[in-house]
Amino acid sequence: MIGSRQNFSFSRSEMTLKEKLWHVSWSFVLLVTAVCSIGFLTLYSAANGSIDPWASRQMLRFLVGMAVMLSVAMVDIRAWMRWSYTLYVVALVLLMAVEIRGSVGMGAQRWIDLGFIQLQPSEIMKITLVLALARYFHGASYQDVGRPLFLVPPLLMVLAPVGFVLKQPDLGTAMMLTLASGAMFFLAGVRLWKFGLIIGAGGAAVPVAWRFMREYQRQRIITFLNPESDPLGAGYHILQSKIALGSGGLFGKGFMLGTQSHLNFLPEKQTDFIFTMLAEEWGMVGGVVLVGLYTLILVYGYAMSLRSRSQFGRLAGLGLTTTFFLYVFINTAMVMGLVPVVGVPLPLISYGGTAMLTLLFGFGLILSIHIHRDVHIGRRGAADDV
Amino acid sequence: MNHDGDRGKIISRRAALLGGGKLLLLSTLAGRMYYLQVLEADKYAVLADENRINLRLLPPPRGRILDRNGVPMAVNQQNYRVLIVSEQTDDLDDTLDALSNIIPINDHDRARIAREAKRHRSYVPVTVRENLSWQDVARIEINIPDLPGVMIDVGQSRNYPLEGLGAHLLGYVSAVSEADLQNSSDPLLELPGFRIGKAGIERVYDQALRGKGGTSQVEVNAVGRTIRELKRDEGEPGLDLALTIDLELQQFAAQRLGEESAAAVVVDIHTGDVLVMASTPSFDPNAFNRGLSSEEWKDLISNPRAPLTNKAIAGQYPPGSTFKLMTAMAALESGAITPDQRVFCPGQMSLGNLTLHCWKKGGHGSVDLIAGIQHSCDVYFYEIARRAGWERIADMAKRFGLGTSLGLDLPGERSGTIPDKAWKRATLGQPWYPGETPINAIGQGYVLATPLQLAVMVARLANGGYGVTPHLARDTVDGVHAVPRPAPDWPEIGVSGHNLAQVRRGMFAVCNEPGGTAFSARIKDETMAMSGKTGSSQVKHISSREREAGLKKQEELPWKDRDHALFVCYAPESEPRYACCVVVEHGAHGGSAAAPVARDILIELQKRYVQHPAGTPDRQPDDPAGAARHRADFQLHGHDHDHGAHDHGDHG
Repeated sequence: MIGSRQNFSFSRSEMTLKEKLWHVSWSFVLLVTAVCSIGFLTLYSAANGSIDPWASRQMLRFLVGMAVMLSVAMVDIRAWMRWSYTLYVVALVLLMAVEIRGSVGMGAQRWIDLGFIQLQPSEIMKITLVLALARYFHGASYQDVGRPLFLVPPLLMVLAPVGFVLKQPDLGTAMMLTLASGAMFFLAGVRLWKFGLIIGAGGAAVPVAWRFMREYQRQRIITFLNPESDPLGAGYHILQSKIALGSGGLFGKGFMLGTQSHLNFLPEKQTDFIFTMLAEEWGMVGGVVLVGLYTLILVYGYAMSLRSRSQFGRLAGLGLTTTFFLYVFINTAMVMGLVPVVGVPLPLISYGGTAMLTLLFGFGLILSIHIHRDVHIGRRGAADDV
Repeated sequence: MNHDGDRGKIISRRAALLGGGKLLLLSTLAGRMYYLQVLEADKYAVLADENRINLRLLPPPRGRILDRNGVPMAVNQQNYRVLIVSEQTDDLDDTLDALSNIIPINDHDRARIAREAKRHRSYVPVTVRENLSWQDVARIEINIPDLPGVMIDVGQSRNYPLEGLGAHLLGYVSAVSEADLQNSSDPLLELPGFRIGKAGIERVYDQALRGKGGTSQVEVNAVGRTIRELKRDEGEPGLDLALTIDLELQQFAAQRLGEESAAAVVVDIHTGDVLVMASTPSFDPNAFNRGLSSEEWKDLISNPRAPLTNKAIAGQYPPGSTFKLMTAMAALESGAITPDQRVFCPGQMSLGNLTLHCWKKGGHGSVDLIAGIQHSCDVYFYEIARRAGWERIADMAKRFGLGTSLGLDLPGERSGTIPDKAWKRATLGQPWYPGETPINAIGQGYVLATPLQLAVMVARLANGGYGVTPHLARDTVDGVHAVPRPAPDWPEIGVSGHNLAQVRRGMFAVCNEPGGTAFSARIKDETMAMSGKTGSSQVKHISSREREAGLKKQEELPWKDRDHALFVCYAPESEPRYACCVVVEHGAHGGSAAAPVARDILIELQKRYVQHPAGTPDRQPDDPAGAARHRADFQLHGHDHDHGAHDHGDHG
């Protein structure tokens, strides 16, 4: 494996910290900072023109997150690959741990308190699952991917955390884990007919699942399909969100002038429904600008990932970008009444430390992939190359 | 390397597909925003406003009720209430305990407070007690630091400063009932604690007195708390309604009637203004406001003198000899008699196998119209009634306003009874017997009339035959505004002025010529002289055995069996302006029990409203300054005219 060695010697593994910093995509960092700043402004408005209690703490978390992001970016991509299974297992154990603790002590915490944030294992799983799948598929040839048996281990890797998360029950996270994993299977080259098979089987299972659903679960779906049917109950959130959005109009009611949000008709205005508040005050123009900025982040994510010369880098980068996309889409589609109400925050803007840290950690990985884009990694993992 | 190349191609292609899919989904977000925020924006803008804007009703102050000179008869009083806001208390029960050390709170109230506090949101004040005395207010205010969530609030409640005086006219206000809510679309009625007129003037003119509710547009948050006021429309306060009543005269009349079960009415014969409408005994309408005890209520309804009844319009009495005026008019108008034709009265008269007695044993001898009225000779009227026939008398009585409701702007007006063949067949299933004509012609039998009707009857006699009708509100009302009444334009009732003058001549003789049944109650000042007619209506049938045994004096009978005393009159004789009717239940003799009261009322009235003989013009009725001046020197004093009960026996 001369070529590998040669490539290795030309790789940036010996880059100094200064060089690495030089290669950080600072325009991307700026873009992320810009979106977070929109979040600070919106939280300032949500608190009726006060940086307390939300904006100030969110800024603190942002600073911590930024440090984490840049630190993650500095770590060699091969190291991340080496640790990916370990990290996955740790995350899975933590997930099991909080699940068991949760079922033993009633109403126990589902997070680990780190002081400045409360870290949820399910959030960590969003990153580590992507890394683990990327590592698994990194070593797979085109033929490997074609073998159904080869797909069993990664499927189990997905199903285990999804199972735990569903039990919590955290529909949003389960959805995100499933969809992001699906995207990675797709990118890894799994045949399209296999997806067709899975989707078909899933579709056929819907009536069966409906029979096994609890009444409140069915009610939730019915309410989603027709929120006006229950304007004071479960449909209240969606309805008030749509009223807030619609009444915002094209140019919005003005900063700090959103009636729906400031008079508390809009629920959870600083967390899950923050997009609604923003679009009520800034109108469709504000909403489209924000979605545009998110799209730009996605484009950056794609560009940085696809320039990686390693399959691991490409898969991990695209998987993380897809996770980010899912955050954006599920949250905004939810507040607009396009998908059921599931607890997914608006990335980089919703008040809350866990999602902020997860996202910036993920961006750190993408930056690392970008910085180490020319590092060549052997079929069976970085360890072989050392 | 080849593998990696393949994989690189696959991942690039699939990444492009995935990215394209994502862009598509993101553009649906933009499309959705366009749909919600541009296409449907107006709909949602309306919904957002409905969310945040609440319309609050502002109750207008209820209009006062004034007498014709502007003296208040019904006013609004400040009503101190103690309220409690449960969210401001540390513990609702603890605070109520502390409060109950200052003012008593019974268990019933406590249960109600707990219930209301639970039903409303925690920032809505709940009434603990109303109608607090000033001492209670002061004691609560002092202790307010130790009573978190307790506050004092000033509301308005209705008050009738004159208590019993005019209670029958004013009526009262009370809480809105379910039926009221269904019959009205006025949102004011839905306000908690809102009160509407339930009786009397308060009820008839409720809309005008109530006013128009204002609105306050307030911005509220999701739990309904008011954030700020956006817009305010004050509405229109209720109309201060002036009545035609002269309060001083009303007071004078009521005091003059005293403890009797009686009624007095004074009507302006030209305008229909009711200047006095007194009914005794009365009641204090304020008691209804603060709540009657069951004992008080029992006393009110079991009192034989019926204090709750407005006898002036709801008391129906046989008019007795006062009805002879109608019989006379009918006989004159039909040409059955001339004024000069004489009838001989031997003290009784036979009709078939019936013997009809005159009230005067031994009879009046030869009697013409004037003497017949002056002495109230029964036999004279038996005879002329026989000649005229009952149908003509009934028709005449109806033209003078008897037998039908007069449309007074006060509920509870009774129509009285003027019987005829059809009426008797319908109610008793019997034909009209000829013997009933003379009995009814002297105001006994089936004939019934209210004091108001009798006053109006005299008014029509005195105003030259115009169909004046009475009213209590000085002005007419349009919405919440007063519109002055147009100049009266009453229809003629179709009787000859000459005949009216003949009857009035008889009425003059009753009061002003010796031997008249009300001569002793005459007004001696000629400029104020009155003309009238007495009446005593029999309550208990007198059997022939009793008559043979010798009639007991009325004063010896139990109160319940004595005759009703009536007197109708008008004044001044020279230029008639006011008609008056006084009825004293079981007062025995019209001449002695009713006429002196009417005389005194008319004297007081003319002192105020009719030019003095000296020529000094009295104040105008509607001049408030004059009214105030007059009130200052108006003293109620027992009238010491001598009206001892001597020579006026008058039996109908």
